[in-house]
Amino acid sequence: MLVNLGIGIPTLVANHVPEGVNVFFQSENGLIGTGPIPEEGMAHPTLTDAGGAPVTALPGACTFDSAMSFGLIRGGHLDMTVLGGLQVDAHGRLANWMIPGKMVPGMGGAMDLVSGAKRVVIAMQHTAKGKPKIVRQCSLPLTSARPVDLVVTELAVIAFPDERATLLETAPGVTVEQILASTEAELAVPDHVRPMQL
Amino acid sequence: MIPDGASLMIGGFMGVGTPERLVDEIVRQGKRDLTVIANDTARPAVGIGKLVGAKLLRKAIVSHIGLNPDTQKQMMAGAIEVELVPQGTLIERIRAGGFGLGGILTPTGVGTVVADGKRTIEVDGKSYLLETPLRANFALVHTFLADYLGNLSYALTARNFNPLIAMAADTVIVTAEHVVPVGLIAPDHVVTPAPVVDYLVANA
Repeated sequence: MLVNLGIGIPTLVANHVPEGVNVFFQSENGLIGTGPIPEEGMAHPTLTDAGGAPVTALPGACTFDSAMSFGLIRGGHLDMTVLGGLQVDAHGRLANWMIPGKMVPGMGGAMDLVSGAKRVVIAMQHTAKGKPKIVRQCSLPLTSARPVDLVVTELAVIAFPDERATLLETAPGVTVEQILASTEAELAVPDHVRPMQL
Repeated sequence: MIPDGASLMIGGFMGVGTPERLVDEIVRQGKRDLTVIANDTARPAVGIGKLVGAKLLRKAIVSHIGLNPDTQKQMMAGAIEVELVPQGTLIERIRAGGFGLGGILTPTGVGTVVADGKRTIEVDGKSYLLETPLRANFALVHTFLADYLGNLSYALTARNFNPLIAMAADTVIVTAEHVVPVGLIAPDHVVTPAPVVDYLVANA
């Protein structure tokens, strides 16, 4: 499968691919088959990730221009993207590209990724400075009108069947009550909530 | 050759694949009030970041400025106008400009602030934004190989915006890491055909 990872927490996903799972990572600057960070002295100036940092290319890798890169993303050829988040609302809509007046990094490829990837997973901390990030309604500008599929935090795994925030899994040692207390959006709690398998 | 107030498309992604020699020369000549169309503004003192640092930009049409605090500061102070465009939309607007199209329809940005003031068009029940073509006075392109005719072949992730901007400007200036005899780049490996290239600068 083809997977695109955002910067920050999502980048760590590459270190936890189970053995036997066949994944190619895409860097949206124009690479499929992104490999680990090169060893000291082995960095190639024109082999980089979307943050401009040196990477390696695995056997079978390919490179291409930005139109092809976003054709892959927008055209439904990308199986999954894992992105960071600032806020996710009760219906699963994501805001992750600006805090007006404060931090305006720009959306980069995030809007295309959320619009185009077959499956959108958000990896983020459950709260920011004690404030819930899973909210009734995003106060920050949305990344896409399309809801995300899954939110994974240090406390919980939350999905959005029928665009309704639903608790799927709890982290080890974390109770449902703790999660509800850290979540502003109304969270459906099914009878059987699994513990996270780590 | 590049006057004050010119619009420039500049290749590169976080400085990788940016024609540094051309950027350095613009800084040396102190060309002002430039409009830059590019993926990002790199970092301070890298690639397009040098133009920002020297305060030569009036406007930037880019997808990302998060790794250049200079750009953010100048934007907040009102010194640079920044138009943020989703990356996939930006590259398609450039492609439209270079390929003679009147625009593109994309689902990206529907239902967000990106849609403000734009036409939404429905095709087979799905909503798309009409995004207009982009062109510039100059494209500043960096390539790995160029032959003496101007056929270009790029290297790895330094390709990014370069082949697209080479189609979308009135004057195309290229820096090449290696300039090789005609025939050395196999026809199948030429990405940008020579007729679109106006000037070639060897990266000595």
